Amino acid sequence: MLERIKLNWFSNVRGDILAGIVVALALIPEAIAFSIIAGVDPMVGLYASFCIAVIIAFTGGRPGMISAATGAMALLMVPLVKEHGLDYLLAATILTGVIQIIFGIFKVAKVMQFIPRGVMIGFVNSLAILIFMAQVPHFIGINNMTYVFVGVTLLIVYLVPRFIKSIPAPLIAIVALTTVALYSNVELRTVGDLGEITQSLPAFLIPNVPFTLETLVIIFPYAFALAIVGLLESLLTASIVDDMTDTESNKNKEARGQGVANVVTGFFGGMAGCAMIGQSVINVKSGGRGRLSTLVAGVFLMFLILVLGNLVVQIPMPVLVGIMIMVSIGTFDWTSFSYLKNAPKSDAAVMLVTMGIVVATHDLSKGVIAGVILSAIFFVIKISKIKVSERMQNDAKVYEVKGQLFFASVDYFVDAIDLTATNKRIILDFTQAHVWDDSAVGAIDKVVIKLTEHDNHVSITGLNTSSQKIVDELAVHQIKNV
Amino acid sequence: MYKNILLAVDGSDHSERATQQAINIASLVEGSHIEVVLVADFSKAKNEVLHSQGKEELELVRRKKLAPIEELIQANEIDYHINILHGDPGPTIVSHANDNEFDLLIIGSRGLNTLQEMVLGSVSHKVVKRADCPVLVVK
Repeated sequence: MLERIKLNWFSNVRGDILAGIVVALALIPEAIAFSIIAGVDPMVGLYASFCIAVIIAFTGGRPGMISAATGAMALLMVPLVKEHGLDYLLAATILTGVIQIIFGIFKVAKVMQFIPRGVMIGFVNSLAILIFMAQVPHFIGINNMTYVFVGVTLLIVYLVPRFIKSIPAPLIAIVALTTVALYSNVELRTVGDLGEITQSLPAFLIPNVPFTLETLVIIFPYAFALAIVGLLESLLTASIVDDMTDTESNKNKEARGQGVANVVTGFFGGMAGCAMIGQSVINVKSGGRGRLSTLVAGVFLMFLILVLGNLVVQIPMPVLVGIMIMVSIGTFDWTSFSYLKNAPKSDAAVMLVTMGIVVATHDLSKGVIAGVILSAIFFVIKISKIKVSERMQNDAKVYEVKGQLFFASVDYFVDAIDLTATNKRIILDFTQAHVWDDSAVGAIDKVVIKLTEHDNHVSITGLNTSSQKIVDELAVHQIKNV
Repeated sequence: MYKNILLAVDGSDHSERATQQAINIASLVEGSHIEVVLVADFSKAKNEVLHSQGKEELELVRRKKLAPIEELIQANEIDYHINILHGDPGPTIVSHANDNEFDLLIIGSRGLNTLQEMVLGSVSHKVVKRADCPVLVVK
C-alpha cells in the first residue's frame, strides 16, 4: 500500500512538478475559452479546472492524466445555461458525478471501451467542428482588428513552439497580445465584455434550485449526456496516456474518480469536466507521470487565478478565438480522410453519421448513441450473412451451411433449403457453422420436420460441440447425428 | 569491432535499407547482436489509439511494421531482439543509446530537403549530433 502510494505520487517528483506547472499555464486559456462556450463566467471554468484536477489526482484511475473543464462538456451545457441559468448547471454537474460513480461501480466504463472506432473518430471530429463553430460569432464580421488578432494568435501558437518549448505558446500569445491590446487602444472585445469575473477562492455552496421532481426532469437529460461524453473522452484519454507511458490503468476506478471530482466541483461552483486529451499529452511530453503532476497543475492553476484574476477580463476575445481554432485543429483527426477511403464502408458510414448527427443537434451524446446503434445494426447484418451451398454427394443432396446461425440469420437459412424435395437423402452439413440460440435450433427443427414429412431421409452432420449441445437441449426432431 | 549494434527503425523503406546495412556489418563479426528499436511517437499516440480497437490491435500494428525487418535479419541468421520505446523519436533514441553500451548506432534517413527538415525536424540529424557512440546514417 505504502509502496503503491510512493510509486503513484513520489516516483517522479521533479518531472511531475515541472510538467504540472506547464499544464497549469496551458489550462488557463482553455478553461476561460470553454467557459465562454458554455455561456458562464470564466471563473466557473477556472474553478472547475482547479477542483477537478486536484480531486482527480487522488481519486482517478490513471496517474498522470489531466482532467479539467473541457470543450466537449461545455458544448453540452449551452442550452441548459441559456434556459435555466448557472444554478441548474451546478446541480446537473453534481448529478453527472453521481451517474458516473454509478457507472464506475457497475463497471459500465469497461464496456465503453468497446465503442467502435468509427464512433470515436466521429466523436473527436465533431467535437473539433463544434468548437470551431462556437468561435465563429466571436470573430466573423466584428471588425478588421479582430481578424488581425486572430491571425497573429495563430501565428504565435504555431511558430513559437519551434523556438520556446518550456512555456505553452497559447499563454505566450495571451500575455503578449493582451499587453499589445492594452497599450495600443485598439477596439477589441474582451473577456470582461462577456461577464463579470470574481477573484476569490471557491466556496462550498448548495446550488440554488428547488429540490423537486421538475428540477430533476430538467437536469437529468443533461447530466446523463454529460456523464456519457465525459467518460468517453476520459477513457479515450486514459488509453492514450496508457500507450504513451506504456503502463496500464484502472478504467472503472477512473470513472468513479471522474464522478467524485464532478460532484465536488458542482458544490464548489464549477462546471462539469472530464479528462483532456491535449493537456494530458502536454503533461506526459513535459515529463509528468505520477499523480503529483495532476495535483500540481490544479494547485498552481489556483495560484495563477489569484494572481492574474484581474487580468483575465482584459484578454481580447480574438486571442481566445485563435487559441480555440488551434485546439479544434489539434482535436480533428486529419487521417479521417484516408480512413473514409480505406476503412470498411460500414465503419466509414458510422463515422459520418456520428458527425452528421452531432453537427445537426449540437449534442455529442446523441451522435455517439446513434453511432453505436448503427454499428450494432451493421454488425448484426454482417454476421447474419449465412451461406448455404448445395452439392451432390453420391446420391445424397448436401447443404453446406457456413456462418453464424442465430435469430437474425435463420430466415436466410430456411429460404436456402428446398423444402419441396421428396424421397431424397439430404445431409445438412454444419461443419462451418455455429448454432447460437433457440431460434436457430427452431429453424433446423422446422427444416428437418418439413423434409421428413415429404419422405426424405435427413441427417445432420458436423455440429461443433457447443452447437451440438444446444441442439440436443432444445430440438424437437429425433434425428441422430450421422 | 561492432559487436553490439543499435538499429533504429520506423518501418519505412529507408529503415529497411538501414537494416540491410546493419546486417552487412553484423555478419562481419562472429557473435554480434542487433537491438532493433522502434519508437512509438508521442505526437502520433492520439491518432494511433483512436484508429485501433484496443491495446492488442495497437501492439499488432506496431509488430507488423517490424515484420519485414525481422524477416530480413532472421534470413541472415543474426542474433537480435526487438524493443518498442515510447517518446519523441530523436531524444528517445539518443537517451536509449547513451544509457546503454552500443558499439554502433544505425539509422535510416528520410532524405528531407532543407525546408522539410526545418518544418518536420530530422530525426537522424538529431541522433548524429547527440549520440555518444559512432552513428551510421543510411541514405
